[in-house]
Amino acid sequence: MNSDDAPPLLQVENLEAWYGESKALHGMGFEVRQGELLTLLGRNGAGKTTTLRSIMGIVKKRRGSVTLGGEQLIDKRTFEIARRGIAYCPEERAIFSTLSVRENLLLPPVLRSGGLSESDLLATFPNLSRRATSMGTQLSGGEQQMLAIARILRTGSRLLLLDEPSEGLAPVIVKEIRDLVLRIKAQGFTVVLVEQNLSFAKSVADRHVVIENGKVVDSLTAAELNSGMTRVKSYLGV
Amino acid sequence: MFGNLSISLVLGQLLIGLINGSFYAMLSMGLAIIFGLMNVVNFAHGAQYMLGAFVAWIMLDTLGIGYWPALIIAPVVVASLGLMMERVVLRPLQNLDHLYGLLATYSMALIIEGLVRQKYGSTGLPYANPIPGGIDIGVMFLPWYRVWVVATSLVICLGTWLLIDRTRLGAYLRAATERPEIVESFGINVPRLVALTYGFGVGLAGLGGVLAAPIYQVSPYMGSSIMIVIFAVVVIGGMGSIIGAIATGYLLGLAEAVTKIVYPEAANIVIFVIMMLALIFRPKGLFSGSENAR
Repeated sequence: MNSDDAPPLLQVENLEAWYGESKALHGMGFEVRQGELLTLLGRNGAGKTTTLRSIMGIVKKRRGSVTLGGEQLIDKRTFEIARRGIAYCPEERAIFSTLSVRENLLLPPVLRSGGLSESDLLATFPNLSRRATSMGTQLSGGEQQMLAIARILRTGSRLLLLDEPSEGLAPVIVKEIRDLVLRIKAQGFTVVLVEQNLSFAKSVADRHVVIENGKVVDSLTAAELNSGMTRVKSYLGV
Repeated sequence: MFGNLSISLVLGQLLIGLINGSFYAMLSMGLAIIFGLMNVVNFAHGAQYMLGAFVAWIMLDTLGIGYWPALIIAPVVVASLGLMMERVVLRPLQNLDHLYGLLATYSMALIIEGLVRQKYGSTGLPYANPIPGGIDIGVMFLPWYRVWVVATSLVICLGTWLLIDRTRLGAYLRAATERPEIVESFGINVPRLVALTYGFGVGLAGLGGVLAAPIYQVSPYMGSSIMIVIFAVVVIGGMGSIIGAIATGYLLGLAEAVTKIVYPEAANIVIFVIMMLALIFRPKGLFSGSENAR
C-alpha cells in the first residue's frame, strides 16, 4: 500500500507547541505516506499526545508546518482540519456521558465520501449495536475504545490519529483492538498511532519514530525494530 | 389548610405563581443553556430580558409596530445584540476562569440598565394588553393574556428541551458541554455553535421581556429584580441542567405563591431559603445526576 516514492500524505516539519508558557514540542518532524501506519513511541511526557493534538489544532499555541496532501494546516482551526480529512481519537476516549452509544456513534457528521452510515457502523461493530441504547459511559473500557474508533470512521477521513488505543485494557481486549487497527489499515487508511505498548506497536506498524523531549530522536522501519529493540527500549526506559 | 381564605384568592395567587414561574422557567432555562455550554454565568440575562420589553415598547411607541410582530422581532434584535456581545466581550475571555465572564456580563448588565434608565427614565412605562378580557371560571376570573403567557412559556420550554434532548443539534450541544475540542475535531464549528447558543439563550430572555411587557411595567429595573431569582432557580435546579431550570422555575413560582397565601411576610425570601437549603443538602442541585444535566 505504501510506497517510498509516493509523496507524503502528512508532513510535519519543525513543529513547536506550547501549553501556556511551557514549551512541549521542540521542532517535531516526520512524515506519513498514504496507507502507511506510523507509530510515535516515547516515554510519558515525551510529547506524543501533544504532537497529535497540535496536528489537530487542539493545542492552539503552535508554529511550524503541518501539511496534508501539500495543504498547509498550521493556521487552520480544529474543525477546518477535520473537514480536510484528519480524524482524531483521544487517549481518554472522550465518550460523552450525556449521550447514548448510538448518539455517540452518530455524533460526527459524514464529512467525506467513504464515511460509514449508521447501518454500516452497527454491522461492523455488533457489540455496539447490541448496546446502542445504553449510555456511552456504561460501556466497558474495551467497548468504549471500540466506540471511540468507530465514531471517527463515520467522518470519512482517511488519516486517523489514534492516541494509545490499548491503554488500560485487558490483554484479550488489546488483541481485539489490535485486530481492529489491522482491519483499518487493510482498508487503506493512513494511521498515526501513539502507543506505549511496544508489542502492540510492533504488530501493526510499518514504521516507528521515537520521540524524546518534544522532538524525533530516532526512526525505524518495522524490520529495523527487531534489530534495534535494545536501542528503542533504552529510549522508552523499559 | 388555608383557614378562612376564599378559594378564589388561593387560585388567584396560584395563577400569579404560575405566571411568575413561567418567566422564571424561561429565563433560567436560557441561563442554564448558556452556562452549560460556555461556563459563563450570564449576569446580563436580566438586562437582556428588560431590553426585550423595551424593544417591544419602542417599536410600539415610535414605529407603531404592535405586540404580535414584536413577539418575533424584539427577541431577534436582542439576540443580535447578544451575538455582538459574545463576539466582542465573551469570546476573548473564553479561556480564562469563569469569574471573568461573570464580571464582564455583570458589567454589561449595569451598562445596559444605565443607558436605558438615562434615555427612558426610571419610572415604568405601560404596554397595552394585546389580549384583553378573560373568562369567568366560577371561582375566579382568568385573564386571557395570562393564559397565553403560561401556554407560550410551556411550549417554549418543552420545545427547547426536546430540541436539546432529541435532536442532532441538541446532541452537539450536550457533547460540546462536556468536551468542546473533541466535538470540534469531528468537523463541527464549535465557536459558531457557542455563539448561536448564546444568541438563542439571549433571544429567550428577550422573548420573556416581550411577554412580560403587558403584565409588568416596562422598567429599566425589571431585569435586575428578576435576575437574582433566576440565578437562584439555576442554582437550585443544578447549574447547567435544562430540565432542572424549567422544573425549578415553575416550582419556585408556585412556592412563592403558596408562601404568600400561608405566610405572606416570607414570600420575598422563600426562594432564597430554598436555595440555601439546596446548597447545604444538595449542592449540585435538585436535578443534577438524574439526567446528567440535560
